[in-house]
Amino acid sequence: MALDKPYTDIPGTTIFDAEQSRKGYHLNQFCMSLMKAENRERFKADERAYLDEWPMTEEQKQGVLTRDLNRCIAAGGNIYFLAKIGATDGKSFQYMAATMTGMTQEEYMAMMLAGGRSIEGNRYLGENGDAQPQNQPQGQARKLKDH
Amino acid sequence: MARITASVYTSHVPAIGAAIDLGKAHEPYWQPLFAGYEPSKQWLKDNKPDVIFLVYNDHATAFSLELIPTFAIGCAAEFKPADEGWGPRPVPVVQGHPELAAHITQSVIQDDFDLTIVNKMDVDHGLTVPLSLMCGQPEAWPCPVIPFAVNVVQYPVPSGKRCFQIGQAIRKAVESFDADLNVQIWGTGGMTHQLQGPRAGLINRDWDNAWLDKLIDDPAAAAATPHIDYVREAGSEGIELVMWLIARGAMADVNGGPKPTVRHRFYHVPASNTAVGHLILENN
Repeated sequence: MALDKPYTDIPGTTIFDAEQSRKGYHLNQFCMSLMKAENRERFKADERAYLDEWPMTEEQKQGVLTRDLNRCIAAGGNIYFLAKIGATDGKSFQYMAATMTGMTQEEYMAMMLAGGRSIEGNRYLGENGDAQPQNQPQGQARKLKDH
Repeated sequence: MARITASVYTSHVPAIGAAIDLGKAHEPYWQPLFAGYEPSKQWLKDNKPDVIFLVYNDHATAFSLELIPTFAIGCAAEFKPADEGWGPRPVPVVQGHPELAAHITQSVIQDDFDLTIVNKMDVDHGLTVPLSLMCGQPEAWPCPVIPFAVNVVQYPVPSGKRCFQIGQAIRKAVESFDADLNVQIWGTGGMTHQLQGPRAGLINRDWDNAWLDKLIDDPAAAAATPHIDYVREAGSEGIELVMWLIARGAMADVNGGPKPTVRHRFYHVPASNTAVGHLILENN
């Protein structure tokens, strides 16, 4: 019998459950390896070669190489592990969060200073809040897409 | 006999630690946040505990996906600040309290809560940021700390009800320790925040404040909050709030004692991606 997963109808949100964790095990453990300075150096010297040492799927490797965190999360990544890629790149957590929305870091920071993203319209899929699939990407990326 | 005299609740946003460590606390962005903790720092000086039992979560630092304990108690003599990828925070080494930790472990497991025992562990911002917020930048932390790590990274995390019950078992364990110790219990993490996906940056001020009211006045009702409510209303990472219920469960009123006094309450948005909530409750 399938388990009850009541959290699959929340827009713009992937819950890192046991199934995602199973899918993402090697991706997340790769990220964990970046806690060591020597591994960060080896990764930066040749990202593809370093990734090929890990039994990750091609989709996971492409997610890392393109720094597409949403793609990494869909492939089983967890944000606390993925953050280690950002740390290796010298990026802040807020920068990483912004990239997942399409906003620039400045746009994202302004949203946070204004009180953060509203919950209204963002509780359930099918509403029309700014985190809904039909409203992606947000911010600068949307402006570029519309042009 | 040891006793729990107070509980402290606070968010543990890593950017707060970075702001302190890099000397940015007086910048306009951070000043209102740190101002909210000034009364707390004074309160901690005036009410210095002998031991802090600090409930927090590890963020893929000490625990990778190789091992994911739901409840882990730190029984070591000391815990080093971890290198989370930006270098270790320049904060004091955390001294443990192995005697009390071993006693609590034995008592709580015999009360049916199957703890994981950790005798070697580095501690990340989840533990050190609350200490920095409450103590500033001392040469040494004011007292020994027992780290209590809860899995809130991989779903399902323990339920609020389970956390509330384990808090009660911890209170019972502390009160059966022979030495006359003043123990505080701290619950950390939250409040609303989501760090992932297109919904990143979610803040739900109304929900946070309603939940704080409930935590103070009707903690059993707060403990009954289902997982899905945290995830939907407070964001995927807002579920860290279950850790506050461990501290709340250890307060006297949950065991038929008098209501606690609210010594301080503070709420601020934003700290980086997160809503910051903070409470101090004193037992009477």
